[in-house]
Parts: sequence; C-alpha cells; structure tokens
Amino acid sequence: MSFPEQNSAENLEIKESALVTAGWSAEARKDAFERTMKSGLPTARDEYWKYTNPKSLTSKIVEKAPLSKDKEGGMFTGANPIKIVFVDGKFAPEKSDDLDVSGLSVERLSIINKLNLHWAKDLYGRYEKLSQVSVPRPLAAYNTAYADEGVVINVSERIERPINIIYEHADEYSDVILRHIIKIDDNAELTLLENGPAAARLNQVMEVKLSDGAKFNHIRVLGRDHERRTATHIFGELGKEAKFKSFTLTVNGVLTRNECFLNINGDDAAAHISGACIGDGDFHHDDTVFITHDAVGSESRQVFKKVLRNGATGVFQGKILVKPNAQKTDGYQISQSLLLDEDSQFLAKPELEIYADDVACSHGSTSGAIDEEALFYLTSRGISKQIAIDMLTMAFLAEAVEEIENIKLKQVILDLLTNWLDRHSS
Amino acid sequence: MGAGETLQVKEGVDQETIDAVREVSTYKYGWDTDIEMEYAPKGVNEDIVKLISEKNSEPEWMTSWRLGALERWKKMTEPKWAMVEYPEIDFQDQYYYARPKSMVEKPKSLEEVDPKLLATYEKLGIPLKEQMILAGVEDNADTPSNDRKVAVDAVFDSVSVGTTFQSELKKAGVIFCSISEAIKEYPDLVQKYLGSVVPVSDNFYATLNSAVFSDGSFVYIPPGVRCPMELSTYFRINAENTGQFERTLIIADKGSYVSYLEGCTAPKRDTAQLHAAVVEIVVEEDAEVKYSTVQNWFPGDEHGNGGIYNFVTKRADCRGDRSKVMWTQVETGSAVTWKYPSCILRGNESQGEFYSIAIANNHQQADTGTKMLHLGKNTKSRIVSKGISAGVAQNTYRGQVNMHPRAKNSRNYTQCDSLLIGDKCGAHTVPYIEVKNNSSRVEHEATTSKVDDDQLFYCRQRGMDEEEAVALVVNGFCKDVLQALPMEFAMEAQQLVAISLEGSVG
Repeated sequence: MSFPEQNSAENLEIKESALVTAGWSAEARKDAFERTMKSGLPTARDEYWKYTNPKSLTSKIVEKAPLSKDKEGGMFTGANPIKIVFVDGKFAPEKSDDLDVSGLSVERLSIINKLNLHWAKDLYGRYEKLSQVSVPRPLAAYNTAYADEGVVINVSERIERPINIIYEHADEYSDVILRHIIKIDDNAELTLLENGPAAARLNQVMEVKLSDGAKFNHIRVLGRDHERRTATHIFGELGKEAKFKSFTLTVNGVLTRNECFLNINGDDAAAHISGACIGDGDFHHDDTVFITHDAVGSESRQVFKKVLRNGATGVFQGKILVKPNAQKTDGYQISQSLLLDEDSQFLAKPELEIYADDVACSHGSTSGAIDEEALFYLTSRGISKQIAIDMLTMAFLAEAVEEIENIKLKQVILDLLTNWLDRHSS
Repeated sequence: MGAGETLQVKEGVDQETIDAVREVSTYKYGWDTDIEMEYAPKGVNEDIVKLISEKNSEPEWMTSWRLGALERWKKMTEPKWAMVEYPEIDFQDQYYYARPKSMVEKPKSLEEVDPKLLATYEKLGIPLKEQMILAGVEDNADTPSNDRKVAVDAVFDSVSVGTTFQSELKKAGVIFCSISEAIKEYPDLVQKYLGSVVPVSDNFYATLNSAVFSDGSFVYIPPGVRCPMELSTYFRINAENTGQFERTLIIADKGSYVSYLEGCTAPKRDTAQLHAAVVEIVVEEDAEVKYSTVQNWFPGDEHGNGGIYNFVTKRADCRGDRSKVMWTQVETGSAVTWKYPSCILRGNESQGEFYSIAIANNHQQADTGTKMLHLGKNTKSRIVSKGISAGVAQNTYRGQVNMHPRAKNSRNYTQCDSLLIGDKCGAHTVPYIEVKNNSSRVEHEATTSKVDDDQLFYCRQRGMDEEEAVALVVNGFCKDVLQALPMEFAMEAQQLVAISLEGSVG
C-alpha cells in the first residue's frame, strides 16, 4: 500500500498532538494513531478500495451536504424504543429518553473518556486492531485515535425494548466521528436500531462483543440526505452459540462504505449480515464484509441486494475465511444487483478463503436487468408497466429484508421501500 | 497406498486399471536426457538478449523489439498479489538459453534430428515420426491413416527440434512451424501480430519473455480453412537451472478453425526452475480456436523441493464478429502456478470459454483463473473451474468478468467449485465481477466442499480401495472440464488426475 499521502495538504491531518493523552483509552489511541501513520489514509490505488474512491472520505475539506426535508427521526416509534439522539455527532439530551433501564448500562464516550478505569478499555480498539491483520483499515484506526463521542453499552440480560440511536443532521458541513462500544454478556440480548443522516460526512465505528449465548439484533437505515458521505465499520466477536444479526438499508447518499468485520470464535455461533439498497443517480454504495470462522460448527450468511438506476454504482466485496480448525462451517454468501437502466453498474468481489476440509461454503453473485418474462406476465394481466417494475423490484429486495426476524421491524423497512418506490416512480 | 507391487487384484478391476495405478506411483516424466548442451552464460542483460537473437539469426527489428522489452523489464517489479509464496527468484542466476549441441546446425528434416532427442520424445509418448498416430491406435492397420492425426512441434529447452506433418499442412495453406523459423520465413505476419495481444509492457513475466524468448510455435490458418489435423506443441525442460521462455502465436484468419494442444514435462531436479511463457491468439471474424493444455511440469517432491515456477500469460483476442475461443486446461504440475488464460471479446457475438481443472497436492501452489473482457455486443462467456487441493497445497481461483458499457446483451456464467482432500490444504476463490450495463446478465456461483463421505462409502462397498474411490469421485467432479478436452488429452488428463492425487489419502 502506498503511504506518503497521509499528511498531504488536501488530506485529514493525523496529528499526535490532537490525541487524548489521559484516561483509560489513551494507550489504545496512541496505538491506533501509529497504525494510521503506518498504513496511511486509503487511496484509490489500494486494492481494497479498488471500486470505491475514498478521496472525499479522507479529504480535509468536507463537501456540502444540503439538509433533507424529510424528518426520519421517528421511523421506529412503533417499536417503543429507548431513544438516544445525536445532532451532528453531539448528544441531544432534550430529545433523548431516560436511559435508566434495568439490565442495561448506557454511557457516553465523551463522559467516561476522562476516567482512569473503565470496562470499555478491554474492547476499545481491540477488534479494530485485529481487523488490520488482513488488510489495513486506516479509516477505522483513525476513528479509534480521535473519536470523542458515542455510546458505550453493557447489556447483562435480555432487553425487550430496542435502543434506537437517531442521527440528525443540522449543519451542512458537519464532519463527525462516532464510536460505539457494545458488550452483551452471557445469554443477554439487545436490539439496536439506528437511523438518520448523521452528518455531511460520518466516520462511524461500532465494536460489539457477544459473550456465550448472547444475541444482537441490529437494524439500521442510513439517512436519506442525498449529498452525505458515510464510512461505517462494524467489528465484532462472537462467543459460543452467540447470534449476530445485522441488516442495513441504504437509500440515497452520494457515497456510502459499510464495512463489517466479524470473528466467530465460539462453537456453534451464527452471524447473519444483510443489506438492501436502492440507488438513483449520483449514488455510490459499497458493502465490504469479512467474516472469519475460527470455531467448530459455526454459520455465517451474507445476503446483499442492490437496485440501481440512473448511473448509480453498487459495490460488494465479501469474504469468508475459514481457519483450519473451523470444521463443520456453513458459510453462505449472495450478492445480487438489479440494474434498471444502461448507465448503472455493479462491481463485485466475492471471495472464499478456506483452510478446513469439512465445510460447506458457497457464494453466488448475479447482475442483470428486470426479467422480461416476469414483466410480460404481470403486464399481460393488466398491471401497468411501472407498477409491475415496482413489484418485481420489491420482490427482489424482499429477500434481503426477509433476514430481519422481528415482524414489526421488518414491516417498517418494507414500508420505507414502498414509499421510496412510490416517490421515485415516474 | 504405497508401491504398485502390493496391489491386490479385486474382482471387477481390470488389468488396465491396475497398470495405470502401478504406473502412477511417482512423477512419470522425472528422468532426464543425457545430451551435450550448449548454454549461454547465466543471467539476463543486453548481451544475452543479443546472443539469443543472433543464435536464431533474427532480423534487426526483432532484436530491437527484444531490447526494448528488456529496458522496460528492468524498471518493473515482480507482482506479489497472487496467493503463492516462494523464495525470491534470482533472475541473474538462471540460464536463459540452452540448446542441444546437435541443434547448432539446424536439421533440415526429422530424419536428421539427433536420435537421442527423438528417443526423448518417444519416451514421453510423443511420436515425432509422421506415420505414427496418437492415442495408442498406431498398430491398428484398419484405421484410416488420415484419422486423428496430430502435427507436433517439439520444443526442447530453448529450441524447437522439429515439427511433423509440415508438408501436409502446407497443402492446406496452414503454416505451423517454430516461431524462430516464422520470424525468418514470415516476418510480415509475425511483425503484424507479435505483441498485439500481449503487449511488451503487459506484465513482469510477459515483458521478460518478450526479451528472452528463444522459441515456441507459430500457427497461421488462412481464411476459410479448417485445419486438417490437430496441432500440438510439446515442451520439455531438460537442462538444469534453465528457464524456459517460449512464445506461441496463433492466428486464425476469417472463418478458419484450429484445435491446438499443448503438453509439458520436466525432469526431477532439487532446485526450482523458471518457466515464463506467453501465448497470443488472434481470432478473426467467424474463426474458432480451441486451445487445450495439459500442464504437467515437475511439481517438486513431496517435501516441496524443486519443481517448476510456472508464470504464464495467455490471452486470446476475439477481434472479429462471431469469433470463438475455448481454453481448456488441466493444471496438475508445477510447484507454483500463476496463470490466467484470458479472452478479449471485442467482436460482436464473439464467445469465450474457459474450462479448468487445477490440482494441487503436497506443497504445490496454484493461483489460476481467467479474465473475460466483454467489449462487443451480444458476447458470451462461460467459465467452469474445478480446483482440487490435497496435502498442504494451496489452490486459488482468481478471475475477472468485465462487462463494458458497450457490451450490450452479453452473458456470462461462471461456476467455480473447490474440493478439499485433507484438512491441511486450502482452497480459495477470488472473483472480480464488474458489470457496467444492464442488458447483460452475469452469474457467478462457487462452492467449496470435501469429498463426499457417502460417495466414498458407496465405492468402498463395491471393493475399491480408498485411493481408487477418491480418484473416481474426483474424476466425476472434473467431468465437465474433462469432456471439453480433445479425446487424446481427455484420456491423459483423466490418468493425470489420479496420479496427481497419489498419496493424498489416508
């Protein structure tokens, strides 16, 4: 990887003097700073950024992102969630709910940062650092070094009410770094919902530790602001029989890069990562997933669906790594795109790297237009062409949405998609 | 299973199988020919390049083309992205030119070729006598003599020792000779096409090859001609510490057809040897080329010593409309394989196919696959790749499918399956899929699994030993690709599959 651009005038500054030097996180931050210096910020020449140009994510100047008229804050209200609201990366207590719930501890990074000791010390930067072994992820290391806000959650039992982090965007030039840490103890369970546009530019990292038997349901809807730029990372570790489920819906956004890096360290654990996206016009969406199986009998599933039109670009880079001891692994990966016109493109690199023999791993990737025969079938039954296209588009995306277990939440996502199609159908 | 002697005959196992299994215990082609050789000094520099050019009595333009390539190569760095590991190659510690002394004065016909050389090819099962017919039917007097003839160009270290059936091919207008001869005899054709598919600057190994290639085959099929027989080149590395750099150029003019076979072997040596070949294929309108390879270079011993480092650039340019190319490869040899036969589908309705079996056993490493570049409208491509890993080997499929915005209504289907035998080997899949228009359909499927226990059990129950059973299951796994091979090769390949997996079970 080429290096020397990290301190060029156009790029984000990586200054040692800007690091927090006191408190439990200081050591991890210093370490991450050195990692960032060593690898340099990503450039379009890096193999790992082959299909997505990271320039606007690493530039010093944040491009303007006009605010959307839509207010997306309350989309999950029906699920009666515990709300935590950030406006341009700043915590908004007046909009947030009371966080005093039994079995749940929610703190903010900006507050606990000053302490000398905190349980988060064991997790902060740990999985991000681990992820750097396969390929440098400098944006995540940069986040570890400089993040000063985010939620730090410890779940010790099964929590019925979901937590909903809402990201509002008020400043057209906001440049935000957020860092969340989530620790779910043995047999505990948490549902985390995220939605909203967050900022003109967002660099977000979430580190999740699932202990034995823990369960994590994650659903996020990346905000609708058209000009926003987002780079997110989810890092996680799964203990024995733990279950990790994450679904991401992306509609709009000029640049989105969602990375997910999971280590399955416990036997019989399962990780399901899925995503649906619809892109129209100046839209670039990149899902990059790396799942490592390092235990016996574990399962992973990646389901990604993209609908693209008017020159939108969809990218999928997925990898399943099966270590030599990870026998009886069941790995599945599918990435599909539906290209609604001639100008859109889909770029995929689905990889398998397998060192154990008693495994069943497969991946599939397809790309193509609307099935003419299906379209003919529907229109011959009196359905207008546009409605028929919408129906087929919904059917295509539904396979990814089906990955959501909770029926109510699934319906929220399906309604969102239907609305989007209604608005964008011409 | 150990030596062949311990084999017990079971009911239902015919003698042929027993012989085949007995024969395959070791690398069959590991012997060397004791023949006086002439070497150029070790290393690569301008003098060596000039020397190679001079030895081949090449015209001025060829020498400067080579020197240009050398200049470029000096500025290039070795590619490191493949999933293969090997000790640093000292490119100056290799011989770039070696030829049998008896070839100094090039023999005018096959009768004049050193009998030792002819014997070498005979031992390899490659008949260089024109009356012979391949595939073990040569004794059968009833076989019409024009049936299943194969013209062979035999390349021994750095030089071509002879090409069979030249006069018969000439009658059809087909030119089939060594490339060194073609440079002298058909300079216009060579100058027009050489480097037009794989440019001098293409990649590190191709550029090196452009500078130092010593021989190889040249094929030209004139418009409308269906080549009357299969053409074949047989490469043999014999000398120690010698790199083989051959260059093959195949031109199928409008509406022609040719099927081309390539085979390769090398003696057992403790030190690794370098092989960096370039194959260029030009396919004009309505023409079709079938290119089949059975690559059986010495893979190194079971501890990973020696073997061939096989860095090969193969590319076909389907220039004309409705042109077609089909790559079929059986990769069983070499310590390290780095090879991506590609198709540039430039003509409208052109087609590219790639069928591959890559077997890596013991310490072998293979990183192989294909590139399908769709540029023309209504182009089609199909990729079927079967990777088998055993021992502590690593086997990677690396491929690219690219649908250019212009390539409307194109189609690709890719299937790559990996089979793991044993728990110390690895199988990897690295496809790149780039779709830039919506009327094209691209499908990619890949699976990885181990040899199915139920299938093994079924075979064992019927009296096969474990190794035979695995060979049968693996042959079934490879069936799609084996069927795409010409008959002579299919038989050899099937046996090779069994040989390559020797010692991988139990």
